[in-house]
Amino acid sequence: MADRQEWSDEDIKRRRRRSIAIALILVGMVVLFYVITLVRLGGNVADRVI
Amino acid sequence: MSDTSVDIGNNSAAISRADVPATEPSVSDYFALLKPRVMSLVIFTAGVGLIVAPGDIHPVLAFTALLCIAVGAGASGALNMWYDADIDAEMQRTAKRPIPMGKIAPGEALGFGATLAIGSVVVLGLTVNWPAAALLALTIGFYLFVYTMWLKRRTPLNIVIGGAAGAFPPMIGWAAVTGSVELSSIVLFLIIFMWTPPHFWALSLYRANDYERVNVPMLPVVAGPDETRRQIWIYSLLLIPVTFLPCALGMGGAIYFGMSGLLGMSFLYLAWRVYRHRSGPVATQAARKLFRFSIFYLFALFATLLVEHGLGLHVGLGWA
Repeated sequence: MADRQEWSDEDIKRRRRRSIAIALILVGMVVLFYVITLVRLGGNVADRVI
Repeated sequence: MSDTSVDIGNNSAAISRADVPATEPSVSDYFALLKPRVMSLVIFTAGVGLIVAPGDIHPVLAFTALLCIAVGAGASGALNMWYDADIDAEMQRTAKRPIPMGKIAPGEALGFGATLAIGSVVVLGLTVNWPAAALLALTIGFYLFVYTMWLKRRTPLNIVIGGAAGAFPPMIGWAAVTGSVELSSIVLFLIIFMWTPPHFWALSLYRANDYERVNVPMLPVVAGPDETRRQIWIYSLLLIPVTFLPCALGMGGAIYFGMSGLLGMSFLYLAWRVYRHRSGPVATQAARKLFRFSIFYLFALFATLLVEHGLGLHVGLGWA
């Protein structure tokens, strides 16, 4: 892939859309892991022995 | 990448520099690698397993489990397309997949599939539970190594044994809730396992030329269409009693009992038509009808379980 010489406009558009899709997936995963952490911790934080 | 050809999988088809995509692959090309239609049935059956299972699961964790199962199933599809790229190119049904079309390089599909496979299993294990993750890993491994690499090109029983891969999702959904494998979840597995051969052989009856061209020993190619029709009939007869097992275990109630009876009779009628009509357009039409109905059949059976349990309409039959 590195030896490709020229990018057509369509290629550039596709790359941009792919990059946006990857960004959205990454943001989605961050949000999901954050929410999962809250769910898994749940009331256990409040109930812990101090 | 060098100009030297490299082998993909165990097959002799070589990928040369010319096979590297001429254009940038789009998002939809990667999505197509996940076999979205297969994935939708996997999500649905896994969801039913998840809802029917005794116990509770937080909705966020249920969503995460289904997401991981969907991604894992998609990864299996991508890995299957990577390995089967050579024969996919020769078959009418699969020639427009992203790798044969030259939209995605085989190596990219392999990397994409492997990343998703490992990621889905690890995330499911860390966030939901490890028994469900182990079943997901087993499913992906079974589909890739046992079905795709080992059985598909070697034996007409490929779809019988390999069908197990498609039957695991409800067990994974069940395990996501309970953390275990139980008799009831095995029954859900058995329904899909017994359904797969008549479903797939109906398709292969009118796609036999495709499989013959690429030397895949599907039953109609090896044993002939008449024997395939006989096997479809036998497996259909075996399938129907299995669909009543949820009633025996108390998982299926009165509505499920009625639906499985009605659907079962319809399935048998269509399988019998396939058995009776052996040549000409009528025979092809009969096989097509059975194939299409079989998809609706499985969907309707599991949807009935979903409705009974999800909407609180489950009325026990007193068998269990």
